[in-house]
Amino acid sequence: MGGQQYQSWGRYPKVNQQAVSMFWRQESLPLDGFEEKTFLPYGNGRSYGDSCLNDGGVLIDTRPLNRFIHFDAENGILRCEAGVLLNEILHLILPKGWFIPVSPGTQFVTLGGAIANDIHGKNHHTAGTFGCHVNCLELLQSDGTRRLCSLEENPDWFSATIGGLGLTGLITWVEIKLKKVNNPFIDQETIRFSNLKEFFQISADSDSDFEYTVAWVDCLARGDALGRGVFFRGNHAQSGTSKQPSPPRLRFTFPVDPPFSLVNQLSLKAFNFAFYNKQRKKSQKAIVHYAPFFYPLDSIEHWNRMYGPKGFFQYQFVVPHAGGPEATAEILGRIADSGLGSFLAVLKIFGDKKSPGLLSFPRPGITLALDFPNQGKKTFDLMDRLDDVVRSAKGTIYPAKDARMSKENFQVFYPQWQEICPYIDPRFSSSFWRQVS
Amino acid sequence: MRKILIFGATSSIAQETARLFAEKGDHFFLVARNSEKLGSVAEDLKVRGAGSVVTCALDATDVDRHQTVIEEATQKLTGLDTVLIAYGTLPDQKACEESFEFAKKEIETNCLSVLSLLTLAANQFEKQKKGTIAVISSVAGDRGRKSNYVYGASKGAVSIFLQGLRNRLYASGVHVLTIKPGFVDTPMTKSFEKGILWASPEKVARGIYNAIIKKKDVVYLPCFWRFIMLIITSIPEKIFKRLSL
Repeated sequence: MGGQQYQSWGRYPKVNQQAVSMFWRQESLPLDGFEEKTFLPYGNGRSYGDSCLNDGGVLIDTRPLNRFIHFDAENGILRCEAGVLLNEILHLILPKGWFIPVSPGTQFVTLGGAIANDIHGKNHHTAGTFGCHVNCLELLQSDGTRRLCSLEENPDWFSATIGGLGLTGLITWVEIKLKKVNNPFIDQETIRFSNLKEFFQISADSDSDFEYTVAWVDCLARGDALGRGVFFRGNHAQSGTSKQPSPPRLRFTFPVDPPFSLVNQLSLKAFNFAFYNKQRKKSQKAIVHYAPFFYPLDSIEHWNRMYGPKGFFQYQFVVPHAGGPEATAEILGRIADSGLGSFLAVLKIFGDKKSPGLLSFPRPGITLALDFPNQGKKTFDLMDRLDDVVRSAKGTIYPAKDARMSKENFQVFYPQWQEICPYIDPRFSSSFWRQVS
Repeated sequence: MRKILIFGATSSIAQETARLFAEKGDHFFLVARNSEKLGSVAEDLKVRGAGSVVTCALDATDVDRHQTVIEEATQKLTGLDTVLIAYGTLPDQKACEESFEFAKKEIETNCLSVLSLLTLAANQFEKQKKGTIAVISSVAGDRGRKSNYVYGASKGAVSIFLQGLRNRLYASGVHVLTIKPGFVDTPMTKSFEKGILWASPEKVARGIYNAIIKKKDVVYLPCFWRFIMLIITSIPEKIFKRLSL
């Protein structure tokens, strides 16, 4: 029952916890033998920070809950257990002409995790969060209570559970609405932009015609080039494309832990320079397979190991449109000055579709996400300085990616946080929650 | 299209194996103790593409019902070409040492009931002159050790029975597969600390699937267990009896 193999994706913090597995959705939670401890459901460990960890407590591994229950291929309604991974869903639904309504940056997340973190993707401006596409779910609590939750039935529990960080109970199964597609391909256009202003222009021009938009930003660039990068926009390809791109065949893996981080000033500079200059033309069109479009990093297994044993942080914020561009520029400036940033940062404009989730992160505005190798105090200090900018711009930070948010900031970022408390299972907790509540 | 009868269909390894066949549109008759869990497995296989799935609740030690169940499966699937026996328990070795009654129960589950099913399936397949009989035995059956020799003896007997059966059924063209997994991360082993030698049920299932398709005789899963067991079985008894393995 060791919990040693259970880590978060950023591999920070290191915690001491135990783990048990949940094998059948019909059974009660496996609480026996842990009378004094708290529990937290654990999916596939793709949350970056401490929201999927339970120091001193017990994780309930939900991956064995990976059975499909019903697939209505006519109407695109899928019901399955919460431990099913998005790639397993795609494997089933794509040949029948359906796609996941919202894709995060990796297909290796569980359905339960997607809901507990109310994840978003490149189509947030048109589709909202993952929680917007959930018809209903079953929530199992430590006292054995089972609740069917939807917008109509137990809507308060539904709202608390979407983006509820796994604290309201264990999601046993879920029913989601899928999206119709003609094929696995994406009509992609990539446009190079030379500064932040140009990014906002392209993004505004793209929102109505492109279902998926995102930009990669060179976070080492400064001055006039601040915020330069490459904009990706795309739509699901129409039927009858002549050229059929194949899925990526090779999957690389980081087989071992390097003793130190491979991400340093030199490797970063070379990578970001190459990336920005890879594309000769200002803009380029191509039909690409969905996998590299949505999940570029999935082709490198265990890529998180490249940051070495100390792990890394991911930092993602959103700031509202009013004052947002200035705040984003300020933050990019602070990152560039610090020289602590990592590979490309991801920049996107969120839409205004509201999620049913009570503690959901996405809201209208500008969102930026990037990695920082863990270099101890200077990394923490930098993130504190970024928090200040986010806070004064009335923005917020994403709990699924956080490992160090202060209690004070969390309660400012999520002023409604106490509304979830009555819905938190008395036997459930997480490292994140103890830090911020 | 295969017509597959699975005993112990709710075991993790059986579920994962069945999924691989379900994707090909095969037909299933699933047997296990718990009908609710059987229902979940059946739904899953149907969504994944199974041609048809019928379930039947049975405690495998109820050997008197074996004949009826195999007949029912043959009738429901309009024929039968593959039998997978995948159930088992991991006995508490200490309890087995203290009470033969307890040990006997474990031997009935892991060995005698399996031999009963094998006898019936072998006769049916020998008559129809085709089919595959696949049984999950264990590396533990290759050599007795103090930590689990009751389990090992049960699995060892099954392995030897299968050797004989393979020899007998060769003439009729019936394929007999002995599956010897090492450590697999399943509900049966949930109280164990997992390490580098442990494999996932998916990985073991892939090996079983390939061994059935390629008509292998004996497979160790993952395959490195063949070498581990080669070493373990070649240690002289004089030395082996002193070891704590």
